[in-house]
Amino acid sequence: MSIKERMSGNEAVAYAMKQVNPDVMPAFPITPSTELPQFVANYIANGEMDTEFIPVESEHSSMSCAIGAEAAGARTMTATSSCGLAFMWEVLYVAASNRLPLCMAVVNRALSGPININAEHSDSMGARDSGWIQIYAENNQEAYDNFVQAYRISEHRDVLLPIMICQDGFITSHAVENIELIEDAAVKQFVGEYRPEHYLLNPEEKMSVGPYAISPYCMEAKRAQAQAMENAKQVILDVAKEFEAISGRKYGFYEGYCLKDAEYAIVAIGSACGTMKDAIDHLRKRGIKAGLLKVRVFRPFPGEEFAEALKDKKAIAIMDRCEGYSANGGPLGAEVTAALYRAKSHAEVINLVYGLSGRDLRVEDVEKIYENLIDMGEHGVKDDHYRYIGLRE
Amino acid sequence: MENTFDFKEIQGREERLAPGHRMCAGCGGTIAVRNVLKALHPGDKAVVGNATGCLEVSTFMYPYTAYEDSYIHNAFENAGATMAGVETAYHALRKRGRLGEEYKFITFGGDGGTYDIGFQSLSGAMERGHDFVYVCYDNGAYMNTGIQRSSATPMYADTTTTPVGSQSNGKVQARKDLAAILAAHNIPYVGQTTFIGNMKDLYTKAEKAIYTPGAAFLNVMAPCPRGWRYDSPDIVKICKMAVETCYWPLFEVIDGKWIINYEPKNKLPIEEFLKLQGRFKHLFKPGNEDLIAAFQAEVDKRWEDLQFKASR
Repeated sequence: MSIKERMSGNEAVAYAMKQVNPDVMPAFPITPSTELPQFVANYIANGEMDTEFIPVESEHSSMSCAIGAEAAGARTMTATSSCGLAFMWEVLYVAASNRLPLCMAVVNRALSGPININAEHSDSMGARDSGWIQIYAENNQEAYDNFVQAYRISEHRDVLLPIMICQDGFITSHAVENIELIEDAAVKQFVGEYRPEHYLLNPEEKMSVGPYAISPYCMEAKRAQAQAMENAKQVILDVAKEFEAISGRKYGFYEGYCLKDAEYAIVAIGSACGTMKDAIDHLRKRGIKAGLLKVRVFRPFPGEEFAEALKDKKAIAIMDRCEGYSANGGPLGAEVTAALYRAKSHAEVINLVYGLSGRDLRVEDVEKIYENLIDMGEHGVKDDHYRYIGLRE
Repeated sequence: MENTFDFKEIQGREERLAPGHRMCAGCGGTIAVRNVLKALHPGDKAVVGNATGCLEVSTFMYPYTAYEDSYIHNAFENAGATMAGVETAYHALRKRGRLGEEYKFITFGGDGGTYDIGFQSLSGAMERGHDFVYVCYDNGAYMNTGIQRSSATPMYADTTTTPVGSQSNGKVQARKDLAAILAAHNIPYVGQTTFIGNMKDLYTKAEKAIYTPGAAFLNVMAPCPRGWRYDSPDIVKICKMAVETCYWPLFEVIDGKWIINYEPKNKLPIEEFLKLQGRFKHLFKPGNEDLIAAFQAEVDKRWEDLQFKASR
């Protein structure tokens, strides 16, 4: 039986944290993820969960503590945003290379500077090559559902990689929407007990973690880690199937919205997809075959699946809520374009940077994008392969 | 705590740092680790940690580990936070009935990883009161990367980033007093020691640090033959002179009470410590007498300050 509620995205993820009740949570406050450790601390203070909470003195120590706790044999979680995630950078790689399946709720926010507290994907996109699985949400429901699935993916013995569960700062983290929660017992049964195979505090077996490795060994370790990321693809799908059985909600690598028969498609991540769906509804009424590929899983990158879903589209706009400063577009643009090339797609492709530092993306903006795509696909109009939208003139 | 020092029994205990690691012959860091780990009572389980440094890259080189206990290395600047995570996991697992055995937690960092880059992580872990021992093996410079100055480097030392030259007398600043800073965290136990008198002082302090509930910090002067430029067998003499000149006083701070463990009857002039080391060779050139006088003044000031603290 599901529980109908109204919650913000942060509240929803905190609720999942309470239901999963991991062993340890180190965390440090940073807007807009601050509420997560606050909610958890309150749940603990009132006896609703009994996770060991460590109020650390920085995000670097937050991730360092998390690595120690997870290596010791404890199911561990943390949360952060923006500069906090950037401050963890070095040890994100350590967590992944030590194959520690800890879970981090990321509330996406712009990196400095200028300092800005609003939604942007530059924080987690910057960490895209750190060896973490990354799953993104459009709204509070997805953020909650993704967190419930997180440990089943990360702790799977074919994977054993850390996982980021991402949602957009303020737009979803602080906006209150309807949500369907799963009952405690069902969540606990779904997630299961943590039984690591090797860990520091195993009285039966001693273990050394975090070696210095010279060239004859290091490359193999990295290859094995890359294999784990490849393995994660199947595990993500399997876990989603099981999750559907308890929730009735379907998840995959992406959500297609009016995508199958679409001639013009947008590829995007996160909360702006809601706005895009609205625009698509308007356009479809006018007979325009507009569609959306909403990326859920960015790491591992399901390039083949994305390209397959986008095949036969006439023109595609890939939307980055992140500037890559490569003078060549954003990270989603680069990776989706590469996937399309490998699949020998003939679609016209543009990469649009939007919504930086929380700037709104309006339904009219999205409709304009589809008009541009029609111009490109139908009338051969050339467009810049990479440009901004929603910028003040 | 009852004095349990029995040299033969303790030195006869099983090594918890196995031979075959790649530390230099005569390395002070290795002596510190071996002897601190000997203070673990036989049979007691432990998790040992390291900051990145000479020690880590020489004792846990894949696929070999020199540690007989469970061990974790994370990065350079986070040995404190990492062990705080391990220690918290221990409490979580015991609380939830997934672990019956008791463990002790000890982590080691060099002065670079402790005084400098790992200072915040250490301070945070100590302030929160995690029940583990942080041991700094202080050799007074970044030895792993090739003898660069740290905030533990003594004044006038010749290092690769404070080289002595026609316009330079070595490091300008005096060393940070880390043990005093840790004492200001009001943790139950802080000790400062080095290799002296059959390791009794080191053993006693390590045992107290390990078996006192709560956060503990141990600062161990651990000379480095390469960085300090002395003949390796002279390490015992150097440590003795560090203590006899009061450059490196032996003291502990137990629940806020400062205790000097050894007061030399005749405090020797600082030259007796400096002259044994190549890094201070330039101080003995004619015309540099004022530098030695300034070094002596700094030692005297700190010694008097320590005596004052211990007199309260």
